Amino acid sequence: MIAKAKGHAQLADTFTADEARARWHDGALWFIRQKRDRQAAALPEWESLREMAHQIKAYTLENLADLLEQFERAATQAGAVVHWAADAQEHNRIVLDILQSNNVQRVVKSKSMLTEECHLNHHLEQAGLQVVDTDLGEWIVQLRNEPPSHIVLPAIHIKKEEVGETFHQHIGTPKGNADPTFLTRAARGHLRQQFLGAQAGITGVNFAIAETGGIVICTNEGNADLGTSLPPIHIACMGIEKLLPRFSDLAVFTRLLARSATGQPITTYTSHFHGPMAGGQLHLILVDNGRTAIRESEEFHRSLHCIRCGACMNTCPVYRRSGGHSYQTTVPGPIGSILAPARDAKEHQSLPFACTLCGSCTDVCPVKIDLHHQLLAWRKEISQRRLLPATKKYAMYGLGWLLRHPRLYALAGWMGRKALRWMPRWMIYHRGNAWGMGRELPVPPAESFRAQWRKRSSASGQPNSSRSEGARRS
Amino acid sequence: MSDASRQQILQQLRRRLPTACSLPETLDGDWIRYPDLVEQLGRMVTSVGGSFQQLPTVQDVWQRLQSFPEVQSAQRVVSLVDGIPGNVDLAHTADPHLLEDVDFLISSGEIAVAENGAVWVTDQQPKHRVVYFINQYLVFVIPRSRIVATMHDAYRILLQRPLPGFGCFVSGPSKTADIEQSLVIGAHGCRSLQMYVIDG
Repeated sequence: MIAKAKGHAQLADTFTADEARARWHDGALWFIRQKRDRQAAALPEWESLREMAHQIKAYTLENLADLLEQFERAATQAGAVVHWAADAQEHNRIVLDILQSNNVQRVVKSKSMLTEECHLNHHLEQAGLQVVDTDLGEWIVQLRNEPPSHIVLPAIHIKKEEVGETFHQHIGTPKGNADPTFLTRAARGHLRQQFLGAQAGITGVNFAIAETGGIVICTNEGNADLGTSLPPIHIACMGIEKLLPRFSDLAVFTRLLARSATGQPITTYTSHFHGPMAGGQLHLILVDNGRTAIRESEEFHRSLHCIRCGACMNTCPVYRRSGGHSYQTTVPGPIGSILAPARDAKEHQSLPFACTLCGSCTDVCPVKIDLHHQLLAWRKEISQRRLLPATKKYAMYGLGWLLRHPRLYALAGWMGRKALRWMPRWMIYHRGNAWGMGRELPVPPAESFRAQWRKRSSASGQPNSSRSEGARRS
Repeated sequence: MSDASRQQILQQLRRRLPTACSLPETLDGDWIRYPDLVEQLGRMVTSVGGSFQQLPTVQDVWQRLQSFPEVQSAQRVVSLVDGIPGNVDLAHTADPHLLEDVDFLISSGEIAVAENGAVWVTDQQPKHRVVYFINQYLVFVIPRSRIVATMHDAYRILLQRPLPGFGCFVSGPSKTADIEQSLVIGAHGCRSLQMYVIDG
């Protein structure tokens, strides 16, 4: 079987080739992880909030059909128009229909991972519309013709000098100016005109409330608000799992979202929309695009609890060191490595292996998704569906066989210890040994664990030594 | 077409019967309490990039504001606060685009949340909600009695009122860190935010 030309590991090679940049990327995300920790530690009720959020999402997913109908009724009552889309194509068609029937030429968008997932921009541009992404990071990647590399920080992989160059080319900022404040001001001035000239605004949705038929959108820049308060038409696109049952549930989620995402106590703007503005239109598009199928999976349905905060990415040692583009999915990182194979296991078979199973993602997830368990479960699934690349498959067979034969295993260990000590470098570090590529192998211990354990057990014969205490306990 | 998808989605969602799963109470809980709400609010507003001051009355706030060069040179000021004069008549502004060059918005807030510095504003009072986002400088004047500790308290109050078509929690000035994680205050919304807590 020939898998997609490049898996995560091969693409990560490109990213890590520039070591200084890879380290900078790692550090930038770890800084956000630390900000998140400070926020979490400042709330004594943090763990109960996570547990509550988990229960609310579990209830929502169980009762999704009823809640969606309740949402539809309430939203319609409030004056919104509700549309349903089975897949990305239908979603894109609905958006284009709304825009064309209102003679819209110019659209401003605020960040929406769903529209990224559906490749909406491309669809609208093909039809001759002008689409401007207004989140600064999202606009930077749009100008550079790249996909976002992070769901909350779309341009986290780009250096300020590169942004300066991009702005120089597109909006004529002075060449060589890479000052973030200057560049942000320039973008503000340019995008202000786009907001004022837009005929419609497209947004994502952070939370939708079944009880009231409202939607909540969270931003720091204020772009979603400008984009939906100037033009009279607002199209909000949401995955069907974005629902919350009650208005009061927002208290739990608005406390968790920004603290987990960027280490802020709340986003700058948390906007609640119930119906259109006076004389305007509000369209809500409910999109399935594979979600109902994931919901039916016993193993993976909890991945739909995700509120897209990005905390699992910020903490992931593999994501931080390999960059979002190595995943080749709209949502990268741990949660993306669960969602993507559900969409196409063959294409994304390498993603569940882009994980050390350290469990850090599970620890920070604000809705307590058991991310690393699901990643492990996907590995099994991929193996059972015979999607493993041959090298990995036979290496696994070989290792499995070796582990079933303790004497041979001991012999292999002995050989490995000797070989690593005495073999010349060229015999260890070559293309045939994947473990020697990109890393130094450890200096082997003089004797095996079993030999050390035997010594330890015989030493514990002396009753009063502290060592024997330790041995007995373990 | 959309209707067929609606049926299909709902049908597929109903294929799996719900298991017993209950919703937790989200308004009452053992939430954090602050010994001094004003002090906590001030700390949070400052930490999210705003400035904060306590003054006795609206008149004191207006006096203080007039000492700022930005206010002295402001061409267009929208005031939603009694006792502070503005020079833009929102009620007679037909199109929100005409608010493009508003320098200052001086607004009250219905609720202020001490845990995160957020202020709840709605489209009930100003005719155009864009006024909260299109201004260059935002000033909040908040009576002390409107401060609550957490978001749970805030939503409890909101549930007792009719829902506005639009409502927003605003916490600090607009900001972005999308260029190399350097925090820049003043993204698309206001470039500075001042909060004054007054008696009452």
